[in-house]
Amino acid sequence: MNTVFKKSTAGREGVWPAEPKSSPADLLPAGLLRQTGAGLPSLSELDVVRHFTGLSKRNYGVDGNFYPLGSCTMKYNPKFAETVAALPGFTRLHPVLPQLGGAGRLCQGALEVMYETERLLCELCGMEAFTLHPMAGAHGELTGVMIIAAYHKDKGNKKTKIIVPDSAHGTNPASAAIAGFEVVNLPSKDGIVDPEELAKVLDDSVAGMMMTCPNTLGLFEKNLPKIVEMLRSVDALLYYDGANLNAIMGKMRVGDAGFDVVHLNLHKTFATPHGGGGPGSGPVGVSQRLVPYLPISRVEKLEDGQFFLNYDFPKSIGYVAPFYGNFGVVLKAYAYILRLGGAGLTRATECAVLAANYLRKRLDKTLEVPFDRVCMHEFVASACNLGECHVRALDIAKALLDRGYHAPTIYFPLIVKEALMFEPTETESLDTLDQFADDLIDIIEKSKADPAYATGAPRTLPVTRLDETRAARSMELTDDL
Amino acid sequence: MPYVPHTPEDIRRMLEVIGAPDVASLFDEIPAALRPKSFALPAGKSEMDVLAHMETLANKNTCGQVSFLGAGFYDHHIPAAVDALSMRSEFYTAYTPYQPEASQGTLQAIFEYQTAVTRLTGLAYANASVYDGGSALFEAAMMAVRHTNRRKLIVCEAVSPIYRVMLASYTSNLHLTLVTIPHKNGCCDLGALQNALDADTAAVIVQNPNFFGTIADFTALFDAARAAGVVSVMSVYPVLQSVLKSPGEMGADVAVAEGQSLGLPLSFGGPYLGVMTCNKALVRQMPGRMVGRTVDGEGRTGFVLTLQAREQHIRRQKATSNICSNQALCALRALLYLCLVGQEGLTRTAGLCIERAHYAAGRLTAIDGVTLLSGSAPFGNEFALSLPVNAYQVIDKLTARGYVPGFPLGRYYPGLENALLVACTEKTTNEQIGIFAEMLRGVLA
Amino acid sequence: MNPNDLKYAKSHEWAKIEGDFATIGITQFAQEQLGDLTFVDLPKVGAVLSAGAEMGSVESVKAASELYSPVSGTVTEVNAALENAPEAVNQDPFGAGWMIKVKLSAAPADLLDAAAYAEVCAAEAH
Repeated sequence: MNTVFKKSTAGREGVWPAEPKSSPADLLPAGLLRQTGAGLPSLSELDVVRHFTGLSKRNYGVDGNFYPLGSCTMKYNPKFAETVAALPGFTRLHPVLPQLGGAGRLCQGALEVMYETERLLCELCGMEAFTLHPMAGAHGELTGVMIIAAYHKDKGNKKTKIIVPDSAHGTNPASAAIAGFEVVNLPSKDGIVDPEELAKVLDDSVAGMMMTCPNTLGLFEKNLPKIVEMLRSVDALLYYDGANLNAIMGKMRVGDAGFDVVHLNLHKTFATPHGGGGPGSGPVGVSQRLVPYLPISRVEKLEDGQFFLNYDFPKSIGYVAPFYGNFGVVLKAYAYILRLGGAGLTRATECAVLAANYLRKRLDKTLEVPFDRVCMHEFVASACNLGECHVRALDIAKALLDRGYHAPTIYFPLIVKEALMFEPTETESLDTLDQFADDLIDIIEKSKADPAYATGAPRTLPVTRLDETRAARSMELTDDL
Repeated sequence: MPYVPHTPEDIRRMLEVIGAPDVASLFDEIPAALRPKSFALPAGKSEMDVLAHMETLANKNTCGQVSFLGAGFYDHHIPAAVDALSMRSEFYTAYTPYQPEASQGTLQAIFEYQTAVTRLTGLAYANASVYDGGSALFEAAMMAVRHTNRRKLIVCEAVSPIYRVMLASYTSNLHLTLVTIPHKNGCCDLGALQNALDADTAAVIVQNPNFFGTIADFTALFDAARAAGVVSVMSVYPVLQSVLKSPGEMGADVAVAEGQSLGLPLSFGGPYLGVMTCNKALVRQMPGRMVGRTVDGEGRTGFVLTLQAREQHIRRQKATSNICSNQALCALRALLYLCLVGQEGLTRTAGLCIERAHYAAGRLTAIDGVTLLSGSAPFGNEFALSLPVNAYQVIDKLTARGYVPGFPLGRYYPGLENALLVACTEKTTNEQIGIFAEMLRGVLA
Repeated sequence: MNPNDLKYAKSHEWAKIEGDFATIGITQFAQEQLGDLTFVDLPKVGAVLSAGAEMGSVESVKAASELYSPVSGTVTEVNAALENAPEAVNQDPFGAGWMIKVKLSAAPADLLDAAAYAEVCAAEAH
């Protein structure tokens, strides 16, 4: 399919405002104006609609395809949430309004949404306070680690290191590094964090440790109480990566379990759409002792019920966002929480864990499941069955695309060879799970008989496997290169 | 339970296959001591009831005001087709395009977005976007630090104070030196910026138009920066970029922008769009995702995520950034906007914004005691008024009458408590400007 | 597979020592592990290197890896062909894929011969 620029036709009218009476050259010195036009295309509205409708047909999405992507929680995105986020009473609000003194009166509804969402997340997670400012999960991680750094700096502690398990998502060590810390890699034992291994790297220079529970292998971190105790003994803080929260809602509260700081992924657990890669939202919750360091502003409620923004927190880490976070995404998560309620969120967790275990049992004779015990909301399998790899995880993934499924996560976590990580979520029916398992088993059977069945996939999509080496070498990032 | 399709029979069958007695047993590994101490969330509501509740909240906001607010975020017209196309579920319920064969829609859209923004800034390479203009500015500064191995950042004080606070917050643990060069009546002090460049400087950071709305030509500054081995970083306003001298024409190395003005609603703070473009020398330092064009096994053109070896999922702590998601749907909206308005539409929009702002400046400065803070400095769609009273007073009085007159510069610039930042877009009418002027005259009389 | 006239580092670089000079590259094993190279980041002429320290990096589609200098000295020449054709490293890692030439400032130490290096690879590839 040609690019939209190649469809440009000079003189075609798009969605134009009226013509100005003047031109910029009348009002501004010539030296400040561009000499050559930007070269944006000339397209009619129908041209644009045809082109992008066509592009959309070259995409899989949750609405059309099952996406058992481990660690992504691709659950169904309820449509009513889109209606909520599109209400003009929210979309038309300029973010500086509450900073204009009395004009805070103009956005009380929005401030209430933020206040109430924070309260609900506090109760859900057992944390003392939340900020909605971080605009993605990784952004939440960075914010959380910056809070850890601020805490230690304030206490006069000389802390230089953050411990990260080898099973952790890549954003964990990356975020720690940006916050100025040295990253210490902790090898897992039997798939989880082992206190003996931890003791080898834990010393007074450790500022904190980043963990998730269940971890990226879908396993519950059963040594958690001991880990909390060990970290507290050197005044190190414990960070919870909330990517896997879908496994524990109503069953465990991370604040109660001893985590000091947590980030959530609203686009995972709280069903806001992934958008093809964003926008997300990564709110951060903290325990009592970390509250002073939260980013500003913070929403507060006066005795008369009015909401306002408080910027007076001298120990705050400052601004991590231009305003209050991705409000349009927060709206959807808030609506989702109200819709499900406490019992509904707990049920979502129960069915997510049930579905993952069901799928694991359906597949454990076909794929090698390294930790074949009760898993949580996701499990990891290896495409290497008993050491023999007829086809690679990549090939199985591509063959699944031909059957109308998006592939599971592959090659993550790094500690399992030829990893396939499955997270079905609670919104897929038993029929879908069974059909998927049947299809996957069939693919593996056919590949054992003839590896080309999988190595030649996909065959039914607009393109087959793409030359990624050429893309990296030639670096054609635009239509003009 | 909404969105969970399992019947009791389904659950019974699943438990049987798993070999577990009941659902609760699947959570046996969570010891009693770790169970929630409290879980007092409200009961769930029907879709109808939640919508009614949200509508009540939305109605507690007042959006019918005539607004002259800008400060980096502008109320432009969003063509209806932007919503219609971006709300196609294959776009918005898709995941990050890690399986490119099933994601050519998203990938090609990002490729086209990258193309569109490089044409606006005149720099050859772009990424798939970051969270917002402030994050983009920080990431650009870090590109310069990595590229030059130097640790000082020179920032013009007329760059958005919101972005400067973000920059200070993000860099606080990184042992970098931030030097702020004071503005002169809302204009960049080009001489002082140039004098500040030295062998320790990684980047010089400016914005055009700047936060006060004034416009300058940074070509000479960027020449001097290049000679000193300093990376030039420029933050721009995409709509006006259709008519203003481009970062490419000025010789900038990195050009970033807030993309909200390209088809994204104001939405009380987000989601927004961090545009990042750069020249060839810096492209390997660019963080975030990038889409490249290539071919498949049968020679057909296709698109993939590329240069991923720099990213967090491979490099981990040595990554160029920790960024995982971009703002794909927002980038799509920006692309749709630029395609729908096109070259002519964007140029007209910029022209209208400038025209209205100049008309407004004329009407408002005709009032006794009201002058332009930046004197005769050229400006685009936004300008700073010097008032005889505290700007908050004017804001309070006019807001109560349905007109939000602008942003109080004293909020971020000590000494400018009487200054008001006024913005116009193509939606602003001359009639509204007239009423604004009359109201202001009345308040100041 | 590994030429006998070269010395090897555990980090998979090779060095061809000729008097006061050494030519450096990465081994067949290394390029196999990395896959098709897309970019090679080398130190500049005049750069001073320390044995065992990071001196640059190589990138493929799926990985990025540091390069560690096996010797101490000053860079005298850089293989400019690799800038546009990094695949030379994959095709001929011990020949046309050479990366830099170094004037030694100290006698190379702690390097392995071909047999010992082969054992290192065997252990890693299990």
